[in-house]
Amino acid sequence: MAAGTALETMTMATAQEIAAQEFSTVVATHRPQIFRFLLASTRDVDLAETLTQECFLKAHRNWGGFRGDSSAMTWLMRIAINLQKDHWRNRRMQFWRQTQTNAVDLDEASEWLPSGERSAEQLLLAREQVKRVWQSVKGLSERQRTVFLLRFVDEMELSEIARATGLSEGTVKAHLSRALARVRTELGGKR
Amino acid sequence: MSFMKRLGKSAEGIDGKAGLEAVEAQDQALKQALANFRCSVLAWSEAEFGRERTPAKTVRQRSWRLAAGWALGCVLVAGGAGGGVFEHQQKVQAARTAEAARAAEQQKVIAEQRAREEEDLLANVDSDVSREVPSAMEPLAQLMTDDETR
Repeated sequence: MAAGTALETMTMATAQEIAAQEFSTVVATHRPQIFRFLLASTRDVDLAETLTQECFLKAHRNWGGFRGDSSAMTWLMRIAINLQKDHWRNRRMQFWRQTQTNAVDLDEASEWLPSGERSAEQLLLAREQVKRVWQSVKGLSERQRTVFLLRFVDEMELSEIARATGLSEGTVKAHLSRALARVRTELGGKR
Repeated sequence: MSFMKRLGKSAEGIDGKAGLEAVEAQDQALKQALANFRCSVLAWSEAEFGRERTPAKTVRQRSWRLAAGWALGCVLVAGGAGGGVFEHQQKVQAARTAEAARAAEQQKVIAEQRAREEEDLLANVDSDVSREVPSAMEPLAQLMTDDETR
């Protein structure tokens, strides 16, 4: 009887260790992508870092409940989207708690572009394009922005986006279409 | 296949080859802009992800600024509110004084009017009484005058 209990305890400990190792791998693999999505959504480095940590903390707490119906990335992205949503909601409700936003302006955000083998003129043109895309992203609704960033920054499939956002694929397509129309207008209107 | 087609939109309604080429060119520009945008976000994210942070200092600086901002804000609000209240009290006081002066003036006018009315009444009464009651000694006085002349 005692030997059985000891074996069970050892098995549980081993299972926990395996789960912890798995989770560490998930963190190492997906943390940059989650951070990138949150950074693009908020344009605030500190906030993106905080939300990323909260996301993995929440994921760690609920890791046991993750059944693997979707990929770990989709599951994590769903947590990140919800955290970001909660953050904006709380901020709207309690706006007096923070008087200033730390989001960088569009010019600064557009500066991040590797020069590669481009000429100075091409680089300038590319920065201008990036700035215009940022401007359109800024004007999008929360859902449109999320869908747009998941599709064109994280290059997720529509079905994955649908699972991560909890929307139907049709709705995702509609949001994406509106977002693209806005980007197109921004790019074409100021040419 | 055009960029919009891949997103579930067809190129229906576009007239002729020129229109189609224009849409293709637009698609190309959009594709290029989105690729540049992705590159930019990736570069920014990678740079920030690998950067060391000094949260304590930032938080302290921010909290100091926040506290200073709040203090200044509170002083301004308190000053504004205090000034407003003082101004209001001054106005109320002035209005009360003016009201009291007006009331006193009105009382004075009423008192003067009453005094004038009483005086008039008394004057009327005097004149009425003097007309109705003859002097009791007047006939006798007349006789006496007559006797003396005789």
